[in-house]
Amino acid sequence: MSKTVLSIRDFCVEIPTRHGIVRPVDGVSYDIHEGEILGVVGESGAGKSMAGNAVIDLLSPPAHVASGEIWLNGQRIDQLKGEAMRKLRGKEIGMVFQDPLTSLNPLLRIGDQLVETMQTHLNLSDSQARKRAVAALEEVGIPGAAERVNSYPHEFSGGMRQRVVIALALCAEPSLIIADEPTTALDVSVQAQIIALLKRLCRERGTAVMLITHDMGVIAEATDRVAVMYAGRLAELGPVEQVLTRPQHPYTHGLMASTPLASAGKDRLHQIPGAMPRLDAVPDGCAFHPRCPRATEVCRRPPPPKVENGLAACWHPLVEEEKVL
Amino acid sequence: MTDMPPDAPIAPPPKSRMRLALESDVFYTFRRSPVAVISALVVLVLVLSSVLAPWIAPTNPFDPSSLNLMNGFTPPMEPNAFTGETFLLGTDDQGRDVFSTILYGMRISLFVGVAAVTFAMILGITLGLISGYVGGWLETIIMRTADVQLTFPSILVAMLIFGIAKGVTPVEYRDQMAIWVLILAIGLSDWVQFARVVRGATLVEKNKEYVQAARLIGRTPGAIMLRHILPNVLSPVLVIATISLALAIIAEATLSFLGVGAPPTQPSLGTLIRIGQGFLFSGEWWILFFPACTLLALALSVNLLGDWLRDALNPRLR
Repeated sequence: MSKTVLSIRDFCVEIPTRHGIVRPVDGVSYDIHEGEILGVVGESGAGKSMAGNAVIDLLSPPAHVASGEIWLNGQRIDQLKGEAMRKLRGKEIGMVFQDPLTSLNPLLRIGDQLVETMQTHLNLSDSQARKRAVAALEEVGIPGAAERVNSYPHEFSGGMRQRVVIALALCAEPSLIIADEPTTALDVSVQAQIIALLKRLCRERGTAVMLITHDMGVIAEATDRVAVMYAGRLAELGPVEQVLTRPQHPYTHGLMASTPLASAGKDRLHQIPGAMPRLDAVPDGCAFHPRCPRATEVCRRPPPPKVENGLAACWHPLVEEEKVL
Repeated sequence: MTDMPPDAPIAPPPKSRMRLALESDVFYTFRRSPVAVISALVVLVLVLSSVLAPWIAPTNPFDPSSLNLMNGFTPPMEPNAFTGETFLLGTDDQGRDVFSTILYGMRISLFVGVAAVTFAMILGITLGLISGYVGGWLETIIMRTADVQLTFPSILVAMLIFGIAKGVTPVEYRDQMAIWVLILAIGLSDWVQFARVVRGATLVEKNKEYVQAARLIGRTPGAIMLRHILPNVLSPVLVIATISLALAIIAEATLSFLGVGAPPTQPSLGTLIRIGQGFLFSGEWWILFFPACTLLALALSVNLLGDWLRDALNPRLR
């Protein structure tokens, strides 16, 4: 197996509130390898983005990392503070945000933003950085890049802006990119282009990607492995093909069954009964048990086994013969 | 560009900065607003004539050798009974040409106003940015200080600062320092507005993703505040700066009128009004009237310009 870029071990994020401490991320562990795209899926509030923000130390107080370890390229980064963290995360991690309308500074030419990013971490002269900025824009497929470096963000369409954001994330040659719902604000045809672009660039450069999304289509399209999160915990982790076609966790199964398919006819869409628990009232045992069709007494008490060796965090995983999908 | 099909539309040549400015929305609304155009013209004429005062003014009112006491109290546009000289706006008790004193006085008024607003702006923007971006106890201290200061009328704050500063400067420097003390006093009484507006705008901007992106690539908080947040909060600051300029000119005139501002050796419009006021009831109305009109025109047109700018830069009011 290729080099591990990011490794998260037994990771918890806590937010102290009036009603006690809530844990939006609770004991999550996963690895991302070089050139690999890991999809992180889950409902809103499942802790997907929290985990991503925690890796780049952009949690806004009072949220904080309570326990666990984050390793980046073999170096433990969760205990780094201030200057060291700033240097490292900027150099090694790039970020693609959800909304390309607000992720570029409206008053700076995009060339200046690219140059700023590169010069912060790479030792480049102004003219070298300019040249590389143009090259970076060409690489993400912006026509007339040599002229477009001097444009302001408002002169681009949403899809083009997201390409610029990707160029910005990649230009300092990071080893990891965190893409937090990069296509949610775009229309479907542009969405496919952006995903294909991200995929191609990361393959070419061997950059690892954490792709946070709730869109199963994007997951199927882009990722190599998938981590399914529920109420801050990891429900299932495995190769994309296995998770999508042979899910073990009843939650993943429910999630797959509720994905609309054009070919599926006019039957009512499957729903998972109930809603995700509030984070200050996560049930004991398996967090999913009140909504789970397979729940038994054992699910109420001890916490389910941790995700390991391709096994889901479930006492009663679905096995091969029971596939419904 | 080379791999484009031959029939692809050719991009228009990039426009010059001047061209862009002339075609901008702000300039368009400016041309369409007679009030804005007229006040801009008035401001332009007043500023130019005060800057060029040494070349425009018929006499230098501060050069004692050019004064003739016999010319005292000459009414406007009438020949003097003794010397036969005629003065456009008349003369004061010393025989000084009122037109010249107004030009020189306006210089001081404008200088004090602009310098005080610049000082207030720098102070207010810095404190506002820091309290908005950093937050915590620093924000509490800065903004509570601002709130406390707002409970006093700003002219009182300015008088207080002026009084203290005058107390600590040695007597022989007092007249020289008066202008700078005035700037300090007006500036310190005016920073609160800037700080509040900048802080509010910073709180909005700092949560936008481009700021997070800048934090992520490892820019220092200082660089983020100056390069990313500051340019994005400047347009409300511009509006307040214009309106504050009118207020600062008035504040300076008020202080000088009360006798705590510009000294008689460097009279500002306010000082001229104070001097003129003494002659009002003995019939020499022009010594008061013309400086007062100038002050009115200056403050009013700057204010109207500020109002227009506020509307032009605020898309919700258009």
